[in-house]
Amino acid sequence: MQAAADKKVLLEVEHLKQYFPVKTDSLFKPKAYVQAVDDISFKLYEGETLSIVGESGCGKSTTGRAILRLDEPTDGKVYYSGTDILGLNKKDMRKLRGDLQVIFQDPFASLNPRQTVKQILNEAMAIQEVVEKSKRMDRMQELLGYVGLPQEALDRYPHEFSGGQRQRIGIARALAVNPKLIICDEAVSALDVSVQAQVLNLLKKLQKQFGLTFLFISHDLSVVRHISDRVMVMYLGKVVEIADKKDLFDTPLHPYTRALLSSIPVPNPELKRERIILKGDVPSPINPPKGCRFHTRCPFATEKCKTEEPALRELDTNHMVSCHYAENFK
Amino acid sequence: MTLEAKTEQPVVITQTMNQPKESKIKDFLSILTMNKAAMVGAIIILFYIFVALFAPLLAPYDPYEINLENKLIPPSSDHWMGTDDKGRDILSRILYGSRLSMGIGITAVIFGAFFGIILGLIAGYYGKWIDSTIMRIMDILLAFPGILLALAIISALGPGLINVTIAVGAYSIPLFARIVRGSTLEVKRLEYIDAVRSLGANDFTIIFKHILPNILSPIIVQGTLRLATVILSAAGLSFLGLGAQPPSPEWGTMLSSGRDFLFSAPYIAIFPGLAISILVLGFNIFGDGLRDAFDPRMKK
Repeated sequence: MQAAADKKVLLEVEHLKQYFPVKTDSLFKPKAYVQAVDDISFKLYEGETLSIVGESGCGKSTTGRAILRLDEPTDGKVYYSGTDILGLNKKDMRKLRGDLQVIFQDPFASLNPRQTVKQILNEAMAIQEVVEKSKRMDRMQELLGYVGLPQEALDRYPHEFSGGQRQRIGIARALAVNPKLIICDEAVSALDVSVQAQVLNLLKKLQKQFGLTFLFISHDLSVVRHISDRVMVMYLGKVVEIADKKDLFDTPLHPYTRALLSSIPVPNPELKRERIILKGDVPSPINPPKGCRFHTRCPFATEKCKTEEPALRELDTNHMVSCHYAENFK
Repeated sequence: MTLEAKTEQPVVITQTMNQPKESKIKDFLSILTMNKAAMVGAIIILFYIFVALFAPLLAPYDPYEINLENKLIPPSSDHWMGTDDKGRDILSRILYGSRLSMGIGITAVIFGAFFGIILGLIAGYYGKWIDSTIMRIMDILLAFPGILLALAIISALGPGLINVTIAVGAYSIPLFARIVRGSTLEVKRLEYIDAVRSLGANDFTIIFKHILPNILSPIIVQGTLRLATVILSAAGLSFLGLGAQPPSPEWGTMLSSGRDFLFSAPYIAIFPGLAISILVLGFNIFGDGLRDAFDPRMKK
């Protein structure tokens, strides 16, 4: 990757917060909130693939949904090509939605079971008014070609397809409106490994072909390694590290990233390597630990970590990390 | 990792592609037809529909014609179900009465379902205070015993066939609203709803094009079961003199007029009573069968 400076920022997220209220037992207790995403900021450059990784419940999917305004974020700003998405009214937002598309995890839940592929694609084009009525048929056939589905697929219902094929239909639907940014929310997690590879390669091919930008949300580090340009690691609603893929996998600076990376299975059983096994569970996002959120499980935690929250700081070019002692891990 | 494995198109078409697209409907029908009770229910319902449609051709006499010379004749070869206190042929009256009962039932259920579905969809989809407001009103309606609510509505509107239909339809609204709300909550969190939302679809499209078609099965089951209750309640109200008025051949009204002759000529009340019971039974067991067939857990 070239230096980030000469790349155009497509999406900028600033201090994004997403709190969900939880029911409390008593009427008089103060309301409790799940701090699913707590004050995160990052930039997404045009044409790149940024992956968000982390354990379940760390807020990666919530981030994606908040950017798309599928759930209204509690606070923060999201700039898309300079416009503040969160400030748009319903009508303008609907127009902009054509630029931002999403591919979901569950290929069995992401397609309306009562619509044929033709109806699904046709509706997408009709809502965004991207193609004239008379040319839609040609466009649909073109789309099926892009995602590698046969033309006969048009008149079929989702239940007639396999998981991988459904995911291709989902991709075709996203492509139908000529998007610029696609958020892939665990897009291949529900697929078999062999099908995963096919779909990932398809995504890569489409990215080149149409100059797409991907925000790729996944918990699977092997997948992330395959597809990303940059990787962002999240823990308990916070960003702990953002770096170019190579930097992150070669020299992880945050203790959490190091633990995460050491959990990737290696095909060679002879290879001896350090396994970092974290103790304890992820703390509750309703009442996250003070100071550094990772201090309860961090093997290197000190008194400072318990009280002072580390800022996300740039340690190397394009390598941001939020740990007081990140220098020691170089 | 196998991720680097060679891939790319064209994709192999799996066998699932060759499955006929009617297979779901076929599955459903095969489960339904295997259920003997449901089939009996279906035959009963079809028989009543047939009778209602062809009543003028089937009825041996004019259901309204008063012939005091022939009054209170027990069932015989001339009058299969006998005649009532005004000499009218009971069989003919029952045949014609099927039109009234089916008509009231279907109209009332459509009326109740229409408002119930809309309220349920709105409550389920928008949630928050809209949901609470609508559902609390529905709870209030449900808190009344159905017949009491119907009585209240009739006393406000006055007796009559149309008002009975409105009354029994109105107390079906909360039941439909509840079922629709529940199903809407379930469907609206599915990913395809998020997908059409992120395409920019408006609420109307999402609700009526994507949610409603996917929650039809519980609505159909509820509608069928509801028909039985509604027909019974309408007959009950007519029996109390609040619905169809004499000389109308409504079964409830006929039951009511047979009340005075229960010992001397029980057949005046027995036959309309049987007509009601069998129809209600038919709708109930058919509705149960439908519910089982729609339930995915019943599939092997």
